[in-house]
Amino acid sequence: MKTIRIGSGAGFAGDRIEPAVELVEKGGLDYLSFECLAERTIALSQQEKMRDPSAGYDRMLERRLKAVLPAARANGTKIITNMGAANPKAAAEAARRVARGMGMKGLRIAAVTGDDILDLILAGDYTLDESGRPVSDLGNKIVSANAYTGLDGIVDALAKDADIVITGRAADPVLFLAPLVHEFDWARDDWSALGRGTLVGHLLECAAQVTGGYFADPGMKDVPDMLHIGYPLAEVQADGSAIVTKVDGSGGIVSTATCTEQLLYEVHDPSAYFQPDVIADFSGVTFHQEGPDRVAVDGADGRARTGLLKVSVGYVDGWIGEGQISYAGPGAEERGRLALQLVEQRLAELGPSVVESRGELIGVNSVLPGAVSQAPPREVRMRFAARCETKDDAIRIGEEVESLYLNGPYGGGGVTKQAREVVGIASTFVPEDLVSQTVTILES
Amino acid sequence: MRLRDIAHSRTGDKGDTCNISVIAYRAEDWPLIQSEVTAERVAAHFGPAMGGNVVRYELPQLHALNFVLRGALAGGVTRSLALDAHGKALGSTILDMEIDG
Repeated sequence: MKTIRIGSGAGFAGDRIEPAVELVEKGGLDYLSFECLAERTIALSQQEKMRDPSAGYDRMLERRLKAVLPAARANGTKIITNMGAANPKAAAEAARRVARGMGMKGLRIAAVTGDDILDLILAGDYTLDESGRPVSDLGNKIVSANAYTGLDGIVDALAKDADIVITGRAADPVLFLAPLVHEFDWARDDWSALGRGTLVGHLLECAAQVTGGYFADPGMKDVPDMLHIGYPLAEVQADGSAIVTKVDGSGGIVSTATCTEQLLYEVHDPSAYFQPDVIADFSGVTFHQEGPDRVAVDGADGRARTGLLKVSVGYVDGWIGEGQISYAGPGAEERGRLALQLVEQRLAELGPSVVESRGELIGVNSVLPGAVSQAPPREVRMRFAARCETKDDAIRIGEEVESLYLNGPYGGGGVTKQAREVVGIASTFVPEDLVSQTVTILES
Repeated sequence: MRLRDIAHSRTGDKGDTCNISVIAYRAEDWPLIQSEVTAERVAAHFGPAMGGNVVRYELPQLHALNFVLRGALAGGVTRSLALDAHGKALGSTILDMEIDG
């Protein structure tokens, strides 16, 4: 019976490179997928592309490919990634340069485009999901609009014998679902199979989050050899059932506990996980520990997709200014509160335009607003942040915190400050018929 | 006892919505978790600053609950003023909850 082995080489843009190399060298992989594109990243990439038409793809693309290509070539492992971000074609050209630079000839690199639908969104009459307001309300603040595309582009690229497939804004699990559809020839309306393949993708797409990352809690949940945490791979059967595991000798842990945590990660209603190709149903999923670091996954299902694609709309949304300062010893919390009060009053008197602000004491209530300390903290770090219309006003926020050095409570130290432009993300939906994907193949 | 003694948790974010799973370590603790860790108690734990809108889903075969908190992330990771804009640390605070059992 045919088994497809698919690995996860990265769960975010800045993820580690060494575990992907270990996977591709020792995992016996058919496919290695890299998920590197967060919600906001594509909007930032679009801004880069506007400044430089050859930019706008993931800056670690070249480094990652250089690291994994030798073993991928030797082992016949195909690579799939959304590192194309706002510019998959430029990313494919970069990949070809890397391959040629390593003396690899005949490597086929596919760029999948079509997710960038900014013109369509600007011309149409769409409503923002969050606010219920028309997209046109955002006016010239919009910088990007990308549809979460489904599996067709990647499957088409694999059918054209691509060794590397580079996309823009594909839905994350699709990077794993598409090769399974290609290999097992699942029908596009085999909702159960698509639901099970989506589950495999969902469990793998955050890489170490299913092998013991984002998990360790000393004394409660211990993770062996975290330093060398291995990234996951799945052994998938034609019916979509799978074993989640990792390379022998790598660090970390694959257990029913790690799998259950990751199953629900970023999931709302487990019976309705909306994807471009299917509505996956995780409500009946079961995990079974088959052996050390081997978990059998079964029980996912699916039903007909909505026919709508989610669209991520990026827009510039003013500036955030922020400053922090530390207080320690007896009375630290009270001095931190006095510092917060002074900054708020100074800003009210001097009048930089503040749209919204947030003051807190790190060590007391910065994670959970309204939390109170159980015992007097021996140190706190006061933090004040504010949203402003202009860069100048945002800079003033940090300056006000900094002025507490000489003008504020006793013993304030270690000021940091920053002002950054905000790129917000909103969503809308478009009929899938309006989005078509194109595959362009380059050869090294 | 504290919830931390019998359950573990993970937090995820999508836009302005936070989801927090609560998973029993042992099957025998599942009924207690199911009856004690209600949507109302979770809403009270996080307070009005986090929207107060909590929906609970159950996965009995996995001894797991999933709490969905809409409007809880001050606009979401891209525009929130919070230090932990994803809200990744929020789920761990729920393990402080006192459980009668």
